Amino acid sequence: MAAPKVAFLLLNLISILPLLVSSFSPDRPTDRRILVVLDDLSLKSSHSLFFSSLKSRGFDLDFKLADDPAIAVKRYGQYMYDGLILLSPSTERFGGSLDVEGVLDFVDSGHDLIVSADANASDLIRNIAAECGVDFDEDPSAVIVDHSSYAVSETEGDHTLIAADDFIQSDVILGNKKIEATVLFKGIGHSLNPANSMVLKALSASPSSYSTNPSSKLSSQPPSLYGTAISLVSVVQARNAARIMISGSLDMFSNRLFRAGVQKSGSLNKYEKSGNEQFITELSKWIFHERGHLKAVNLRHNKVGESEEPSMYRINDDLEFSVEIFEWSGSSWVPHVSKDVQVQFYMMSPYVLKTLSTNGKGLYHTSFKVPDVYGVFQFKVEYQKLGYTSLSLSKQIPVRPFKHNEYERFITTAFPYYGASFSMMAGFFIFSGVYLYNK
Amino acid sequence: MAAQETSQSATFRHAFGNVLSFTVLLLIGVMAFSIRLFSVIKYESVIHEFDPYFNYRVTQFLTKSGVYDFWNWFDDRTWYPLGRVIGGTVYPGLTLTAGTLWRILNSINIPLSVETVCVFTAPVFSAFASWATYLLTKEIKGAGAGLTAAALLAMVPSYISRSVAGSYDNEAVAIFALIFTFYLYIKTLNTGSLFYATLNAIAYFYMVCSWGGYTFIINLIPMHVLLCIVTGRYSPRLYIAYAPLVVLGTLLAALVPVVGFNAVMTSEHFASFLVFIIIHVVALVYYIKGILTPQMFKVAVTLVVSVGMVLCVAVLAVLIALVASSPTKGWSGRSLSLLDPTYASKYIPIIASVSEHQPPTWPSYFMDINVLAFLVPAGIIACFLPLSDASSFAVLYIVTSVYFSGVMVRLMLVLAPAACIMSGIALSEAFDVLTRSIKFHLVGTTQNPQDNARDATKVNQNDVKSEKSEDTVKERPSRKSKKKDKENIEKPSLVSRVEKRLLVLPLETSVMAVFLLVLLGAFYVVHCVWAAAEAYSAPSIVLTSRSHDGLHVFDDFREAYAWLSHNTEVDDKVSKSKRSDSFALKTPTDVSGISFIASTHYPLILFEVLNLAVLGLVQRNKLIGLLAAAILVQVASWWDYGYQTTAMANRTVIVDNNTWNNTHIATVGTAMSSPEKAAWDIFNSLDVKYVLVVFGGLVGYPSDDINKFLWMVRIGGGVFPHIKEPDYLRDGQYRIDSQATPTMLNSLMYKLSYFRFVETDGRGYDRVRNTEIGKKHFKLTHFEEVFTTHHWMVRIYKLKSPKNRIRGKTKRSKSKSGTSTSSKRSTRKKNPWQ
Repeated sequence: MAAPKVAFLLLNLISILPLLVSSFSPDRPTDRRILVVLDDLSLKSSHSLFFSSLKSRGFDLDFKLADDPAIAVKRYGQYMYDGLILLSPSTERFGGSLDVEGVLDFVDSGHDLIVSADANASDLIRNIAAECGVDFDEDPSAVIVDHSSYAVSETEGDHTLIAADDFIQSDVILGNKKIEATVLFKGIGHSLNPANSMVLKALSASPSSYSTNPSSKLSSQPPSLYGTAISLVSVVQARNAARIMISGSLDMFSNRLFRAGVQKSGSLNKYEKSGNEQFITELSKWIFHERGHLKAVNLRHNKVGESEEPSMYRINDDLEFSVEIFEWSGSSWVPHVSKDVQVQFYMMSPYVLKTLSTNGKGLYHTSFKVPDVYGVFQFKVEYQKLGYTSLSLSKQIPVRPFKHNEYERFITTAFPYYGASFSMMAGFFIFSGVYLYNK
Repeated sequence: MAAQETSQSATFRHAFGNVLSFTVLLLIGVMAFSIRLFSVIKYESVIHEFDPYFNYRVTQFLTKSGVYDFWNWFDDRTWYPLGRVIGGTVYPGLTLTAGTLWRILNSINIPLSVETVCVFTAPVFSAFASWATYLLTKEIKGAGAGLTAAALLAMVPSYISRSVAGSYDNEAVAIFALIFTFYLYIKTLNTGSLFYATLNAIAYFYMVCSWGGYTFIINLIPMHVLLCIVTGRYSPRLYIAYAPLVVLGTLLAALVPVVGFNAVMTSEHFASFLVFIIIHVVALVYYIKGILTPQMFKVAVTLVVSVGMVLCVAVLAVLIALVASSPTKGWSGRSLSLLDPTYASKYIPIIASVSEHQPPTWPSYFMDINVLAFLVPAGIIACFLPLSDASSFAVLYIVTSVYFSGVMVRLMLVLAPAACIMSGIALSEAFDVLTRSIKFHLVGTTQNPQDNARDATKVNQNDVKSEKSEDTVKERPSRKSKKKDKENIEKPSLVSRVEKRLLVLPLETSVMAVFLLVLLGAFYVVHCVWAAAEAYSAPSIVLTSRSHDGLHVFDDFREAYAWLSHNTEVDDKVSKSKRSDSFALKTPTDVSGISFIASTHYPLILFEVLNLAVLGLVQRNKLIGLLAAAILVQVASWWDYGYQTTAMANRTVIVDNNTWNNTHIATVGTAMSSPEKAAWDIFNSLDVKYVLVVFGGLVGYPSDDINKFLWMVRIGGGVFPHIKEPDYLRDGQYRIDSQATPTMLNSLMYKLSYFRFVETDGRGYDRVRNTEIGKKHFKLTHFEEVFTTHHWMVRIYKLKSPKNRIRGKTKRSKSKSGTSTSSKRSTRKKNPWQ
């Protein structure tokens, strides 16, 4: 009983969401195996809080050293993992068959990635980041220094431990709960190409920060990265909905900074616990698709008053359109409720653009009149919102003109003409009769 | 006219003559049919070219779905995403004819396929056309001229080029309709019978259904009527021949959806209405003249003329104002280019790009009508001896058609029947004179001329004609000069015979002349057979070339289409959903059966398709056909492939041969002329998935897309001004070598054509342009090559999907060996002056 239903659902998804199903198990986008690549096995204990939070959420972690010769994400053409966490900033080369291309293919086939760089990050990590649209400071020994919003600590004058609180404004990415405490960050910064719309600054640096080598003297020229252009943590959502997180600091995942109290310089608020745990946990939830993953199913349309989906509409038909949109909550699909889902009736440009109304149970619907233009139209739902996977549905439907017998047979305004022609006919008949037989 | 002979022996001779001419006509019909079968015998029984393929597809739809569905047919597979209302935009005559033939044949249990019927429609109708020519010429100059003209028309190359078996195009039936309409007009003119006038209107309706060339009829006949009126030949017969045609013909023409209100609203038809008014005025004048005394008549004339002039001027002013207020002055582009031959090339590249619409060259006259070109002047002279209503019509026909053929190569087809009629008259008259001279010398002068002429009939078949023509000649003038009675026939005929007897030539000259004329005819026959066999019968499915090491066959187009049909998605989502509905209840075995049918059916469809050169775009299921080939008469314009691809691969096309939407074609032209990125954007917005280009550079196939590229630039530039033709020309020259402009070298067309070309011979030598290409090593970023045929004639590219990720700006460091080198590099990069 249930099997055919699932199969049907699957079929629907395959037909409607090729974008999404190419990368995820359509039913359960989360609950997967994750490969964690480490520089040093000591990280396993020094960052155990982060790992245990993942484990507690049901992830199956597989730890490998970066130079482990058996390291591989793919076997016989199948990916063995659904996510990859690279906490190996100094690795120049992975042990096994994995390389930059391998990691990128892993992402391009729809899997998620968390990359952490650090001071003296290797070219390997930099290349992976660059391929994802993130440019680390080219000076390998540069770190982020901020003389105004550093975290107050024991060592006076060390302003490389930054207290950052400029988060991305998105409940989807960072969760509903506001992150009160500042986040401690120690590492390198990166910049993003402003033209790249897929990469987002999850955590930006303050205006007074800059990137420099702390051991060298400041040169006269300005540092290559400074101010709010610096991103500390960035997230990428690729077109195939693979999500990537790139951080410039390995320490921010560590137990030490998770637990550390924080006081931002110049601020009186002192937090017992830094915001790192909340920030990292919420972000990893988003990265691993526990939040913000949408699916659209049951795209339907029909004429008003009918239930069958026609193969073709006629101009000026009234039609009803509906689609169901659900969001993955981490354990089940829940209705996605939003007031800004729109449908376009599109032929080279949208002829109709309607905002769909929802019943709160995932069903979005509207009705409209087919425009007075024939052609091959598409129902298009393009739903792209910050943090959500983008929905891009289209369904093609031809619209035909009136058939020759569908026009009005008699037009009221033309009655004088009908009268004229019929009286003419009658007159001609009478005239012929008179002319022929009245000699 | 046989009925008019009175003597008994003459009756017998006439019966014999009738049987003989019937046999000759039958043989002419057989010849007209069989000379067009070379294409079937030498190749195979297939539909040719581009438009025929569309017509075939429409006919298939008609036979499957019936007339009403055909009338209402909205085709969503062509012109994506606009679609096309086929029923309202197609001339249905040909399709309905073939559909009816098929239905009749099936109803009498002759199970021919639709395709077979379509293939043989044109030959059958060319037999009809030669019979119609016989009838028309017989009305003009007698049966002898008629038979000669019919024989000439049966094999005139110009007509063969459009009516070989498989050439299933509008012209195939339209030429018959044209000649037959003219015949009925002349017949009405000669008899004054309302019956023939009605038939004439119906024939005209058939012509309107069949071909846009009907405007030629509706302008030529008014011209002739006007000519008759001006030369004082107005008669009630003229009125009966003309007035019903205009009224009924216009009403009937308006019934054809594609014409509709154009029949009363475009300038092409105005001449007929103007002449319609004039003929009524003239008729009224004649009537009033009959009932009034001469003085009264003069008074009336001055009164009416003064009032009439004022009215006419007013009406004319209104008309001119109406016409002038429309942007194209009420004339469609094609018609304007007839009047001003430079109009199209100046303003409408889309019309000018079709080589059919170019003016012909002198050799094409010789190729298409051969010796007829020399006989036509003689025929015109013969028409003036004496001039009748009918022969003046023939003269007018030949003069106008010569002019139009000089404007557009395509209208050579209209010239051909006129030339045949004229040549038939000329030959027949010449044989008439010559054989009579020979007879005169051989038999001696003792016998009376009438017997002379009679004896001549037995000498050979030509004499039958000559005798007939003689009869007509003597009959016509009597009719024209004296409209009222037919009693005085004998008298003028005797006069004309006496005159003719004076035209006796010396025996040797006559024999020589007859010999030379026969030789001329023989040359004509040889040329026609050659043209039919060699020049016009190739279905252009496969290209062949002969070289010293034998025959080479280029089957690249079918190869490419086969690839497409197997490797691209066949159906839309819409059709898919339909299909799954209809198959939902079937078992898996049924489904496999269906796929079996599909797989056996596909190659069939594919093999029916013929291609010259394609530049097309297939999207999900959408294929654009684009190309501009120019090969003698058979011409493809660059949207021509759309018809084939829809019919063949069952895929939606973006543009096809029906040129109703210039903007849409220009969009595609613009994409081809743009750099890769811009082109990708355009194609993506049209949901295009695959791009096809035809490339002849490897094997030297001249009508490839690079050679047609300038037309794409022009058409694109006509709508999108950022595409400028001079950007693609270096000093006014079109070149693709190292001197070519950067715009040219970066255009999508160039890149798709020459991608990886250098790998073939190491230096990229283009055998069509005979030059080395300008840009040899380059990569495609937004397109990927998916298929290239054996001879590289068709290359298929796929649009790459947008990148999954967007790269950062950092250069990828190649070395992975150690940090030291890379860090050195990066520091160096940062401070290059240190």
